[in-house]
Amino acid sequence: MAQTLLQVEDLHTQFYTSRGVVRAVDGVTLHVDAGETVGVVGESGCGKTMTALSILRLVPDPGRITSGRILFAGKNVTKMTDDEIRDFRGNDVAMIFQDPMTSLNPVTKIGSQIEEAMTAHQRFTQTLARGRVVELLKRVRVPAAESRVKDYPHQFSGGMRQRAMIAMGLSNEPSLLIADEPTTALDVTVQAQIIQLMKQLNRELGTAMMLITHNMALVASLCQRIIVMYAGRIVEEGPVDQIFKSPQHPYTWSLLRSVPRVDEARKERLVSIRGLPPDLLNPPPGCKFHPRCPFVIDKCKVDPEPNLGEVDVNQVARCWVLMRNVKDESLEAAKTSALSKEAAEKLKAPVAEVGGGAGG
Amino acid sequence: MRGALLPSQLRAITSTRSGALTIFIVRRILWMIPILFFVILITFTLMHLAPGSPWDKAGGRQLSDTVINNLNIRYGLNKPVAQQFLLYIWSVVHFDFGLSYQYQNKTVSGLLLESWPYTATIGLLAFLLIIPVGVGLGVLAALRQNTRIDYITMGFATVAASFPNFVIGALMVVVLSVLAYKATGGNFYLPAAGFGIDDSLIMPVVTLALLPIAYTARLTRASTLDTIRQDFVRTAWAKGLPERLVVIRHILKNSLIPVVTTLGPTFAFLVTGSVIVETVFSIPGIGRAFVVAIESRDYPMILGTTVLFSLVIAVANLVVDVAYVFIDPRVRLT
Repeated sequence: MAQTLLQVEDLHTQFYTSRGVVRAVDGVTLHVDAGETVGVVGESGCGKTMTALSILRLVPDPGRITSGRILFAGKNVTKMTDDEIRDFRGNDVAMIFQDPMTSLNPVTKIGSQIEEAMTAHQRFTQTLARGRVVELLKRVRVPAAESRVKDYPHQFSGGMRQRAMIAMGLSNEPSLLIADEPTTALDVTVQAQIIQLMKQLNRELGTAMMLITHNMALVASLCQRIIVMYAGRIVEEGPVDQIFKSPQHPYTWSLLRSVPRVDEARKERLVSIRGLPPDLLNPPPGCKFHPRCPFVIDKCKVDPEPNLGEVDVNQVARCWVLMRNVKDESLEAAKTSALSKEAAEKLKAPVAEVGGGAGG
Repeated sequence: MRGALLPSQLRAITSTRSGALTIFIVRRILWMIPILFFVILITFTLMHLAPGSPWDKAGGRQLSDTVINNLNIRYGLNKPVAQQFLLYIWSVVHFDFGLSYQYQNKTVSGLLLESWPYTATIGLLAFLLIIPVGVGLGVLAALRQNTRIDYITMGFATVAASFPNFVIGALMVVVLSVLAYKATGGNFYLPAAGFGIDDSLIMPVVTLALLPIAYTARLTRASTLDTIRQDFVRTAWAKGLPERLVVIRHILKNSLIPVVTTLGPTFAFLVTGSVIVETVFSIPGIGRAFVVAIESRDYPMILGTTVLFSLVIAVANLVVDVAYVFIDPRVRLT
């Protein structure tokens, strides 16, 4: 058993808006082991990014961590002083953001932006840091790194900027790298390169990675473990192969059904999940997924969601039904009925539409 | 081909950043020539279209036709307007702005040199006050958004922007000169007039600066608040930078760019004088001189002042554009 690096216990992050309290993160408990890669998946607005920002205590206003504990290598992040949290950010845990086009300061040279990430933590002197910038850019495969350190972000392409962001994230050799949808803003060929790069870095440096995404393909190729989030809570968690083979929560099942798979028979139809994630200001009673769930039973509409229960070795799910209890015929029915009317119409047409990636 | 620049040489020069900058500045300076020409043309036309003549009020009484005729001949006003215009342009090219009509034997250049230093001193001091105070208050309000500091600062800015400056000027004279003089028995008060480099400058400078300070503070606050929410600021926090560096290197370096843009016109506005401030504090500045010149149809004086003002505005804008090159790397010189 590998050593636990990050332990999040019963984390609640809430936003106090004029319209009411939004429970963006609603009792999340998770852990990341040293050197491990964990994927956090779910649709937009499921609390993935807020969980990550909470770990770094960067929740934007009017949000606040209201309860829970975040332990990193034995240190309690929630109790850190301003100086301690400052030294923790970027040093112990680094974060890469979704949109490389806006995540770099437009009026500061790329080199300086990477350099200051290092000098902020007194691990490297200025001279040492300056030398390391080129080395880091080379490591993330930025061509002509020596001359490009003097460039400004607008002189970099999207893929190059994301590489620079990764170089920045790795500059202090953090033990955990949180990547928040690192490939969403990039085109497909560049995505592949970035994934390749992250895989390699994880292997070579042993950096643990928490990958936030709604891209199942990305999780499949990068991660060992998956955490599925819905409406601010974890609904299922387990090893990647197991979850892909036998998801137990209907939401996980639906997410997987909405992704095209090369290894499956062509007759299997792609299914979109009906409706939208719930408005967290006003969540539905019972299980928050029940209005969209194809296998809903009466209990789901009234009773609060169950606790995460063990469904297999290392696999837990939060559901009254569980996929293994769903009969084959209702499974078949769900595959077609889960389609929206328009989508069903489209399927009748000769040209089948296949969305790129898992939506988004 | 000595002397002339070959296209290839020109390309070699523009390929370096400093070379491109030089060419940019030279081109902008050359552009000022047509700009000034049209400014003169428009002013000249409007001036002659306006009813009345320079001699209507001369000497405080109606002049006889013979005298008016002689004056017209003396100042060349009997010639066709088009010819007058060309003659004026010709003399401007020789840096001769002619003789004033209101004051005998006084050149326009001489009059401008007399009055502008007062205006420019006050304007420059006001400008120097605006940068730290206006920008400072704006940044402070943004960084402490929705706190008491923010409310007080923005309240002050709103009040300062709403009061006309003749009210503020007069109020200051009453309070800081008259009442202060009475209350302290003449030991402490600010002089309400006088135009040396001394404390008589305080009230006019403050009166003049108050409105631009308010505007600058509001603009700075809005721009800074906008920047604080940008992704790259979150990146800076996530790197673990101390607050001081996040604010200076990441927030202010970006949020002050639009503020710099407005400082050019503000500077031009300040050093071209304010009739109101100059009247309230009895300053013999160019703002008043300009208004007097218009009232008495002192054509050369009107034109001379307009040319001076357009030059100041053009140069201020050029300085801002050049400054942009240094503060925003995305700006391209074209």
